[in-house]
Amino acid sequence: MNRFTYARAADTFDAVRQGSDAGVKYLGGGTNLVDLMRETIEKPASLVDVTGLSREIEELPGGGLLIGAGVRNTALAEHRLVRQRYSLLTRAVVSGASAQIRNMATVGGNVLQRTRCAYFYDDAGSRCNKRSPGSGCDAIDGFNRNHAILGASTSCVAVHPSDMCVALAALDAMVHLRGDGGERRIALADLHCLPGDRPDIETMLEPGELITGIELPPASAISRSTYRKVRDRSSYAFALVSVAAVLEVEEGHVRNVRIALGGVAHKPWRAMRAEAVLRGGPAASLAFATAADAELAEARPLSGNAFKIKLARRTMVAVLEELAGEIA
Amino acid sequence: MTMIVNGEAAEIPRDPRVSLLDFLRDDLNLSGTKKGCDQGACGACTVLVDGERVLSCLSLAVQMEGRSVTTIEGLGTPGHLHPLQQAFIEHDGFQCGYCTPGQICSAIGMAAEIARGVPSHVTTNLGDDAIRLSHDELRERMSGNLCRCGAYNGIVAAIAETFAEAPLAEAAE
Amino acid sequence: MSIVSDAKQAIQGAVQGAMAKAVALAPDNWIPGGEPDPLIRERYGHVGKPLSRIDGPLKVSGQARFAAEFPMDGMVYAALVFSTIAKGRIATIDTALAEASPGVVAVMDHRNAPRLAPPPVFMSAPKAAGGDNLPIMQGNDVRWNGEPVAVVLGETQEQANHAASLIRVIYEEAPALTSFAEARGQGTRPAVFMGQSLHDERGDAEAALAKAEVQVDATYLTPRHNHNAIELHGVTAAWQGDVLRIHDASQLVAHTAWSIGQMFGMAEDKVVVTSPFVGGGFGGKCLWQHQVLAAMAAKVTDRPVRLVLSREGVYRVVGGRSPTEQRVALGADREGRLKALIHTGVTIKTATNAMPEPFILPTRSAYASDTLKLDVQVVELDMLANTFMRAPGESVGTFALESAIDELAEALDIDPIELRIRNEPEKDPSTGLPFSSRHIVEAWRDGAQRFGWARRDPRPGLRREGEWLIGMGCATGTYPYYRMPGGAARITLTRDGRAIVDIAAHEMGMGTATAQTQVTAERLGLPLDKVSFNYGDSTLPGVVLAGGSQQTASIGAAVGAAHRDLVKALLKLAGNESPVAGLGPGDVVSREEGLCKADEPSRHETYTSILARAGRETISVEAEGPPPLETMHWSMHSHAAMFCEVRVNAVTGEPRVSRFLGSFDCGRILNPKTAMSQFRGGIIMGLGLALMEETQFDERKGRVMNPSLAEYHVPVHMDVPEIDAIWTDIPDPHAPMGARGIGEIGITGTAAAVANAIYNATCKRVRDLPITLDKLL
Ligand SMILES: Cc1cc2nc3c(=O)[nH]c(=O)nc-3n(C[C@H](O)[C@H](O)[C@H](O)COP(=O)(O)OP(=O)(O)OC[C@H]3O[C@@H](n4cnc5c(N)ncnc54)[C@H](O)[C@@H]3O)c2cc1C
Ligand code: FES
Ligand code: FES
Repeated sequence: MNRFTYARAADTFDAVRQGSDAGVKYLGGGTNLVDLMRETIEKPASLVDVTGLSREIEELPGGGLLIGAGVRNTALAEHRLVRQRYSLLTRAVVSGASAQIRNMATVGGNVLQRTRCAYFYDDAGSRCNKRSPGSGCDAIDGFNRNHAILGASTSCVAVHPSDMCVALAALDAMVHLRGDGGERRIALADLHCLPGDRPDIETMLEPGELITGIELPPASAISRSTYRKVRDRSSYAFALVSVAAVLEVEEGHVRNVRIALGGVAHKPWRAMRAEAVLRGGPAASLAFATAADAELAEARPLSGNAFKIKLARRTMVAVLEELAGEIA
Repeated sequence: MTMIVNGEAAEIPRDPRVSLLDFLRDDLNLSGTKKGCDQGACGACTVLVDGERVLSCLSLAVQMEGRSVTTIEGLGTPGHLHPLQQAFIEHDGFQCGYCTPGQICSAIGMAAEIARGVPSHVTTNLGDDAIRLSHDELRERMSGNLCRCGAYNGIVAAIAETFAEAPLAEAAE
Repeated sequence: MSIVSDAKQAIQGAVQGAMAKAVALAPDNWIPGGEPDPLIRERYGHVGKPLSRIDGPLKVSGQARFAAEFPMDGMVYAALVFSTIAKGRIATIDTALAEASPGVVAVMDHRNAPRLAPPPVFMSAPKAAGGDNLPIMQGNDVRWNGEPVAVVLGETQEQANHAASLIRVIYEEAPALTSFAEARGQGTRPAVFMGQSLHDERGDAEAALAKAEVQVDATYLTPRHNHNAIELHGVTAAWQGDVLRIHDASQLVAHTAWSIGQMFGMAEDKVVVTSPFVGGGFGGKCLWQHQVLAAMAAKVTDRPVRLVLSREGVYRVVGGRSPTEQRVALGADREGRLKALIHTGVTIKTATNAMPEPFILPTRSAYASDTLKLDVQVVELDMLANTFMRAPGESVGTFALESAIDELAEALDIDPIELRIRNEPEKDPSTGLPFSSRHIVEAWRDGAQRFGWARRDPRPGLRREGEWLIGMGCATGTYPYYRMPGGAARITLTRDGRAIVDIAAHEMGMGTATAQTQVTAERLGLPLDKVSFNYGDSTLPGVVLAGGSQQTASIGAAVGAAHRDLVKALLKLAGNESPVAGLGPGDVVSREEGLCKADEPSRHETYTSILARAGRETISVEAEGPPPLETMHWSMHSHAAMFCEVRVNAVTGEPRVSRFLGSFDCGRILNPKTAMSQFRGGIIMGLGLALMEETQFDERKGRVMNPSLAEYHVPVHMDVPEIDAIWTDIPDPHAPMGARGIGEIGITGTAAAVANAIYNATCKRVRDLPITLDKLL
């Protein structure tokens, strides 16, 4: 780990002021950043600790929620309104990592956690375009069982590992940001980038920009939602594939649907094509399968992960059937 | 700058790189807290910070200013064991004993979480405030603590016995 | 008994053939274990009681000190730099930045490392412990990807780690052989294991197979594995005068002391290795480069050194289990009687170690078959030396063999338990030796009853609850009884009636200290609290390896021998006024804190009284166990009937074990509480082997890519159901205490039981481990 200076931010303004210097990183729970610093992949000159900021979950007029970026994952999952209205978010959060990590991890940090690709982690011995742009990608012909099937490039096939973000993408969450130039908002589904030829650029954040919160739009009273995670180990393992879905059915027809996939792409993958196929159509298994196929038509397997296409398809269909079944 | 460790003030190290884990083990000589990976992947380094279980390997000591840290040494001593420590012995909840302090601290943190109604991956009804202390709930909630010796059955039995007898919140104190 | 005097040599492989025959034919009572250990008769004492671990209070309160937890004055912390090529040489190594980094005390690399001899590789001498025989940091050549190339010593761990990241190494790469397929293309070589060839042939098995009415012939694959004890390999090393002191995490302290002595050109008693607690071993806590580097660095800095491998470091420096590709072919008649049994295949080692994964071992004495062909071939790669990992051979060998048996049962439409029982041999099929004690059929019957095997539907793929397909499977587990030569112990009796046993043995969680306290108390007729057991220190007597599940027998035989000598010495000391005066060692037994005439217990005198009368504070005897000839006279094996119920998700393929039972025949169980944990622990590692464990070795560069507990999956709490274990508890009349060792058998048979259950659930036969969900979609 490089030497660095450490300071606690007094408030959001203070954080952004300090964060505008080059080489500064915000420190949340540290569960990703400290690990990556120890692996010499992240080498910040200073850390600005933002865990004391934005620790509230606020109900917004109109029924939405504003979740502070400093809210710990456990606090998010256990919050009564989250459990009641956005149960898929609770489900996603508690399916991730371990209880200890969830007690430490913050919402902001979870959104910005980096990939678990083995070649990205192997600073000393492997090539990785994300870590050192232009060096090459050892994953494309290496161990890539956990890697992307959608939206990957010839530069990078890594996936974003967050569970929470997949649920947030399906919830149409908005990310609140503050930087030098003031505040702005961006849809969570648009926050992360596809790798293209610059996999080192992972999000739309400007340098020094701070996540201050996540806004959830009001939940529809008649929608049903869930999060399903498929993994090798029963617990404490990253998703091979996960599906977050919100479904509203009226008289056997899909009135509204939002689906996001995890473990398949460089970002939480909003399944827009599948949604388009389903919207207005019958809430039936055949339609679910057609929708899944539509979404996965563009999927491109690597040497070790062809199974993910089948797995994603099946999991999507099963999740939608489950939600439709609950309604029926 | 100080933190409280097992009830006593401890000066925070000047080098901000020092993890809470290394601070406890190397500076305070409290080697009951174990290092199994230094990567957040095994749970051996679990301690309680203000009553919550966290991984000391991924916590920086500087972040602990003003906070209260409880380690295994703060829970009981060979002559005065915490009931959970005693139950680990009765149920043979360990073999080599290396993951054990982490398992015990984790279980105590978990008891408080259950008492508070924090749901887990296997909680079926998220609307419920009371969590039933089932075998599955215990196993899921303890899954952040690896035991390579495979003492899992004994660990779960020890926790179940300890926290079935005392109301959760009390036993967690 | 010239047999006994020649035996040591024989065991070390020098004069095997003729000697083995002589031992096999010798009368029983010439052989150790020929007279059953008197302790076997005792059924009401300490042995067999579920005593809680005596080191429990220390362990649960965090007071047990492990290797990296001994602070020393002036101690410096070490950090390693690992090579990133598999073969070649270091062209330049730039340490200037590191040396200038704050807190750095020294940087050691091949240019300034002390000169020393290469490690004696394990099995090259009785006390050799090296994982390989490659010289350590003596030159600029690189032999595997991940080899340590520099050591940074700093005032704090953080300073050392940071400085290590500043070292720049430029390599000249040489072509390396890191691909299994490529190596096989260049030809394989017959494997040799512990001085013996891994090749056995009886009759023409291929011809018998071809003629057999029913045949099964399949290839099974098992990947690389790492031990992943939760304790990182740690060592604290200090030169104190001319003595090198090493706090190690070790399962072989005496071997380590001798081997390090050889390397530094020192007498072994000048190297003191202690290891009171070991945070899990499983074969991985032996002698690798880190202990030696720490000792070298302590010399370079003239300060004590603490070196704890990072988790990545463990994967780079400590070998694991090699992959195997195994063929099992079975030919049988319609009744299921085996006509041909073929188990052959290939595994990987290095040119510098002597450890081919001996996967045919479990097949040698498994089944009666008209013909037999067993063979292990090896290829050698440029990689870190592989090594022993829990049940080397049996763990992965039983996966292949017992999967094939299940396939045969399916082909024959015979219940797989019944098929196994039909092929029970009467004597050892490979050696012709009689079995010392084999009650596997009882284990099967008891297990089947308890597990509810009768409820299994033999037709696969039919049981379903919601999304979950449910199946049951079974397999035989087996592990030999071993006892290695060199076990010795000292017993000291004190005037206040206490006994102290000293032996250079190990406690890695097996419960050794607890069980041996029980055994010793019983042997000496003492209450438990009057016995203390000292171990984990190379200055104590004995050369005892905690491996091969043999430590219990080794200690048992040594303490038994020491006890016999102690009785003799006490009788001498007792003199004419003693109630036991005039009796010979054969006439007396130890009971109620003293000696008494065996058939006249009222003729009794306490140890205290004997010592007091003789005016002695203590009496101390040291003795060595007899050479382990029993394994050449009887076929001695433990067995287990493993039963598994799995649930496989029909949508996602996720396999989850819902029930497991091991029904064991391991001789006498000394402590049912700690034994239960050993059985369960082995089974749980077997579940990992079956479902998730794999070291990802990138053959392009010969580099392990998942050196982390996040990416190398071992079972977590949620993966592990309540595991049931029962045992026959029938003492082996020829093993010390009647006990055959229980540390490794749990992992054997388990993977096959899981695979067979998965087949029963899904109709899918998976022959390559681990059985991850993608193979079941
Ligand atoms: C063994 C292990 C298993 C895991 N398993 C899972 C899993 O199954 N599923 C899963 O989803 N996750 C998993 N995780 C990852 C875990 O969820 C993340 O590490 C965690 O959510 C990160 O949150 P943090 O607050 O600790 O972030 P930090 O580590 O503090 O920060 C992460 C990044 O976010 C930046 N950052 C933090 N806060 C802000 C802010 N407010 N504004 C701008 N930037 C900010 C930091 O600068 C840093 O770049 C696992 C982690 C480990 C170690
Ligand atoms: S040492 Fe902290 S989780 Fe392993
Ligand atoms: S007791 Fe050894 S790792 Fe848990």
